[in-house]
Amino acid sequence: MFDGKSGAPIPRRKFLERFLATTVGTLTMAVLYPVARFLSPPHVEEDVGSRVLAGKVTEVSKEGWKIFPMGSEPGILIEKTPGEFRAFTAVCTHLGCTVQFDKGSHRIWCACHNGYYDLEGRNVAGPPPRPLKPFTVQVSGEDIFVSRA
Amino acid sequence: MIRKIGEWFDARIGLGGLRHVAEEKTVPLHRHSPWYYLGGMTLFFFMIQVGTGTLLMLYYRPSAQEAYESIQFILTQVSFGWLIRSIHSWSANLMIAAALAHLFSVLFLKAYRPPRELTWMTGFAILILAMGFGFSGYLLPWNKLAYFATKVGTDIAGTVPFVGGFVVRFLRGGDHVSGSTLSRFYGWHVAILPALTAFLLGLHLVLVQRHGMSVPPSIEKEPGPRRSMRFMPDFLLRDLFGWTLALGVLAALAALFPWELGEKADPFAPAPSNIRPEWYFMAMFQTLRLVPGGALLGIENEAVVILAFGAIGALGFLIPFLDRSVARSGRSPAFTLLGVAALAFLVGMTAWGYHAWWPVAVAFAVAAAGWLSGRAMVSKRGDTV
Repeated sequence: MFDGKSGAPIPRRKFLERFLATTVGTLTMAVLYPVARFLSPPHVEEDVGSRVLAGKVTEVSKEGWKIFPMGSEPGILIEKTPGEFRAFTAVCTHLGCTVQFDKGSHRIWCACHNGYYDLEGRNVAGPPPRPLKPFTVQVSGEDIFVSRA
Repeated sequence: MIRKIGEWFDARIGLGGLRHVAEEKTVPLHRHSPWYYLGGMTLFFFMIQVGTGTLLMLYYRPSAQEAYESIQFILTQVSFGWLIRSIHSWSANLMIAAALAHLFSVLFLKAYRPPRELTWMTGFAILILAMGFGFSGYLLPWNKLAYFATKVGTDIAGTVPFVGGFVVRFLRGGDHVSGSTLSRFYGWHVAILPALTAFLLGLHLVLVQRHGMSVPPSIEKEPGPRRSMRFMPDFLLRDLFGWTLALGVLAALAALFPWELGEKADPFAPAPSNIRPEWYFMAMFQTLRLVPGGALLGIENEAVVILAFGAIGALGFLIPFLDRSVARSGRSPAFTLLGVAALAFLVGMTAWGYHAWWPVAVAFAVAAAGWLSGRAMVSKRGDTV
């Protein structure tokens, strides 16, 4: 065995030490890498149909708003003006609380830290850093369908 | 810096004493020495089981609705999920195989004689626990084969007179194999059995350290000086070499023959025709298959067989107290013969159950490997090989 730089022979002990260190190191990596990868959960595409039946017109008109399930997350459906509906994700962009409609201010309100969004989903007051993600609303007779924009 | 940290811990824990014990420890060297490695090999597979089992718990969901799907998820979505699960299944089987080989080698080398009675008994109990791990773990994927094997397995317990009904309900967590059974088996598999095993294994290892390795009577009688090797580093390095080989074999098996998941269990579907238990229950399963219906002295034939298996197990557990002559004279050919008979029965019945020769071939291969490597060990010169 020869050292690459100086060309001098490597003592047998040193060679064996390096050989062992490389082997053990490789083996350790071969075990740790799959374990580390296994630990990080895979990104799962949510199995949500493109369209969700969010509610009935009469039902939403009564209170002016409704929370509905959009896959595993809540969505909020609001009657902006009679017959005109808006839908957003109901997850506050601040710390993830579920928002609600505030009749008094006619805005979307997050009770956790007093954040406000207007009826276009824009963050207008309080801590929320971003607007709410909007969904597309389709009214078909009595049924209100919501789909991801 | 590292030395200072080491000294700090040493002053508080007394690692120096531990190191001293390890340096003083020796392992007898003779033609049967290879069998000393089997206990460590079993321990290695057990550690793999703890590691991979803990990882699988992160994604597994123990309910009848979700168990099968969660394993499907592990196999198809989680990075290296297929590998971790396959290693867990393969290592479980190799662990039982290593434990069985360990048990029979200890039996034939008469290592259970005084003062090692408790070492034998704790080891025997750990093997029973390991089979409990196997039985409970088999159901967890909630596939057809496991579902019906568990139905049959728990039904067998129900044939035992007087207590059978209670035992079945206790095992199943109800009258039928259902989601309750799955939760229950999961609890046993990840909490109760590990706790019991940790306790017994700790005791087993302490006892092994306390008494050292047993020298077989046949070696003790031979004239001339006794040879030995140091535990640190000679035996330990050989142990580690064996573990590295085992890891290689395990990885190859897991990658080349990934453990199947099968079809999801359907309680309203008829049982599949290829229903069978894990291989280590095959001998018992095959024996039960051969038993004709009927009753003996008012007890069902099947129950008689089960009770007989239980009795033989109890006798095995108590061997150190039954085999008096080995403590007196170092010889007990009758027990050697009984051991050979038990081994032949287990191997033969397993082979019959599978209609295959591989159980016989494996048994012979293990025996030959131990014998040949033992010969190689003593044929070399010097104190250590």
